[in-house]
Amino acid sequence: MNFLRGLMLGQYVPAESPVHRLDPRTKLLGTMWLVGVVFGTRSLAGLAVLTAFLAGVLAAGRIGPAYALRGLRPVFWLVGIAVVFQVVFGDSGGHVLFRRGPLVVTRENLAAGVFYGYRLILLVAATTVMTFTTSSVELTDGLERLLRPFRRVGVPAHELALMMTIALRFIPTLFEETETIMKAQMARGAEFTRGSLAARARALIPLLVPLFVGAFRRADALALAMEARGYRGGEHRTRMKELRVAIRDYVAAGALLLVAAVVLVPPSLWRAVVGR
Amino acid sequence: MIRCEGVTHVYQRGSPFEATALEDVSLEIGAGDVIGIIGATGSGKSTLVQHLNGLLRPTAGRVYLDDVDINAREVDRRRVRQQVGLLFQYPEHQLFEETVTADVGFGPRNLGLAPDEVRERTARALAQVGLDPAVFGPRSPFSLSNGEMRRVAIAGLLAMEPRMLILDEPTAGLDPASRREILDHIMRLRNARGLTIVLVSHSMDAVARLCRRVVVLDRGRVVAQGPTRDVFADPARLAALGLGVPQVAECARLLRERGVPVRPDVLTVEEARRAILDVLAGVAGRRPAPKKVP
Amino acid sequence: MSDLAPALIRVRGLFHTYEPGAGEPVPALRGVDLDVRRGECVALIGGNGSGKSTLAKHLNALLLPTAGEVIVDGLDTRDRDAVWAVRQRVGMIFEHPDDQLIAAVVEEDVAFGCENLGLPPAEIRSRVDEALRIVGLEALRRRPPHLLSGGQKQRVAIAGVLAMRPRCLVLDEATSMLDPAGQREVMETVLRLRRDEGLALVLITHSMEEAALADRVVVLAGGTVALSGTPAEVFARDDALRDLRLEAPPIVALARGLAAAGVALPAGLLTAPQLADAVAAAYRRGRGEA
Repeated sequence: MNFLRGLMLGQYVPAESPVHRLDPRTKLLGTMWLVGVVFGTRSLAGLAVLTAFLAGVLAAGRIGPAYALRGLRPVFWLVGIAVVFQVVFGDSGGHVLFRRGPLVVTRENLAAGVFYGYRLILLVAATTVMTFTTSSVELTDGLERLLRPFRRVGVPAHELALMMTIALRFIPTLFEETETIMKAQMARGAEFTRGSLAARARALIPLLVPLFVGAFRRADALALAMEARGYRGGEHRTRMKELRVAIRDYVAAGALLLVAAVVLVPPSLWRAVVGR
Repeated sequence: MIRCEGVTHVYQRGSPFEATALEDVSLEIGAGDVIGIIGATGSGKSTLVQHLNGLLRPTAGRVYLDDVDINAREVDRRRVRQQVGLLFQYPEHQLFEETVTADVGFGPRNLGLAPDEVRERTARALAQVGLDPAVFGPRSPFSLSNGEMRRVAIAGLLAMEPRMLILDEPTAGLDPASRREILDHIMRLRNARGLTIVLVSHSMDAVARLCRRVVVLDRGRVVAQGPTRDVFADPARLAALGLGVPQVAECARLLRERGVPVRPDVLTVEEARRAILDVLAGVAGRRPAPKKVP
Repeated sequence: MSDLAPALIRVRGLFHTYEPGAGEPVPALRGVDLDVRRGECVALIGGNGSGKSTLAKHLNALLLPTAGEVIVDGLDTRDRDAVWAVRQRVGMIFEHPDDQLIAAVVEEDVAFGCENLGLPPAEIRSRVDEALRIVGLEALRRRPPHLLSGGQKQRVAIAGVLAMRPRCLVLDEATSMLDPAGQREVMETVLRLRRDEGLALVLITHSMEEAALADRVVVLAGGTVALSGTPAEVFARDDALRDLRLEAPPIVALARGLAAAGVALPAGLLTAPQLADAVAAAYRRGRGEA
């Protein structure tokens, strides 16, 4: 009955690998770049190249394929639904494979469904690879540095990063607390999974009230602890870790550019350039 | 009353975060027992007690309540939880109702009892933890002191009229007087109603004072169990497990080290006092002049 | 340290009244005087609601006096410009290990205070390394705090304060959620810091055994100082303690019981080794060895 443990998607897997050591800014921008490339892909060959690339990054990041696939499991449902929609409600016309009453399945729609579904999986996979190999601390650091130039136009880079840090720090704690309160109320005969919808909604009160009270208590305590350690906002503050771009970041950037070139540049253009 | 046979519990099986919290735990708790469970943080105490009322299901092994497997398909786990009350750590954090009466009545209402019966049980439970229902009943639980909130939470379990009460660190964070009050109420209940008590605690002094038997857990395994006196007579072993012994037992150990042959198995101040006086009387050839202890 | 040296922390006539948004104002402290000398260890005990935590929060300007004053190392906590210097000098460790760690990695958390001081990165790095070494957690520097034991979490918090180079550590029931090993771990760490680094310690605790380790025990009740003195003096006042919702540690009770039965024991025995030594001496006298 581990209620919430299954929800921890794309959890950071600590390991020593070249992917782990990349500058988080490289990984953040790289992921955005990959997402763009995935969206731009029009061909199955492109998807194949991207799949191979992500598999390579996973291997370099020492993430087992079985574990990575398990991380994607919840997405498969979503994809399944998307594919069904595409197939059932796609354009009419084309090569009919199957027909029963109003339900018509055409080859074109099936191909399109599979293509879009697979693209969706790749999108999630690209971001998951990043969260597998980047700790939340690095992620926030990277985000803060990336946003820093926008401070002048009013983006509160430090505050956003701090909020994210604290949220990430407390997610496991809040999960634990939710579980404990749920169990404590179940020990008093509460049921969270039975009865009508209204009954279930009512059953949430004994969970939500203590959870909110607890969250406020924690927030108070944390604010006090931060103040006790001299926190007074982003000004005057320095950081222990300065991010530095290394050679491997350039290598990664090069690889990303190459993938984009292979996937997005039409074959005819390639032939023109290479076969000059 | 409760019997665990080879209970093993593995969290997050099949993930890189897999962790075995309990391994092959077997123990028996008889009706009317007062039993202590001790162990360092992470030794599996909390996981174990959650198996006793069916909140957790063992990965392997069985838990029997009165010889019925509580995880069998046809068993109503709610009934198990009614009979085996489990008080979590910092139970005041689970209070949620507007009044103390309503909060204590939560359990009985979940049992589907009539309003009269709920009212009656609530008042009785509050009285049992030393809170006057007329005074405290209408107040908001959030307006009470820590010790009072803790007692309201205990009353919330008592109102379900369990046969067994499992208490996970019931006195953590309380001052000495509140600690004593809570433990006194619990023992009074045990004596008056024959309640079975399981006390999970870091306070060796409390365990020594109350429990007849102690189970010692280490990294998910039972490494010692037996009469309290025997378990605490081996301080070196307990220290190696990250635990202590009652201070007076530590003192007895140090005395033996210094060549004074006192009994090693003293648990309370009074026992230690007698043991030391006996030894001193032996060497002096007479009992020390008896004086009235104020 | 002579008694004439100015105290590190001087509290005079401290009153504090909480003004809740609704309802009556709650007086929490009603005229407290307290000195903490450099390198001294003071235990602050008292029942729930006696004002201990409120007093503690005044020691590093988390709360400001309603009346009276708190002077830390010559700095008045009411002086708005001195607040940051006060907080650098007096570090606090709180009860709940989970609610005081901010970062998701140990060493990042230890760095938090230094980052607030605006130190250069290299300096922070060396202070963090040193602090982690002193509390013995170098090996866990890359771990997420939520996977540590309670004792380890509290040591992380201590390291974070230590890296700010304070003069005084205030432990606000910092061991009450820990198992015996964790309690030992934390107490040994702070007592060692006091010995090696000359840190003053203020221990706010419900554990009479811990209070017995202090140089001085101050008992608060109803927002005033009810008793104060050496642990031996304070724990000798059995009846007074009971009225204040406290009790003497078991060893003190045992020593008293033995003395009452006619065993000749020196006064002021507080710990198991002290009592064992004294009883062993009485035993040898009885056998005519002395």
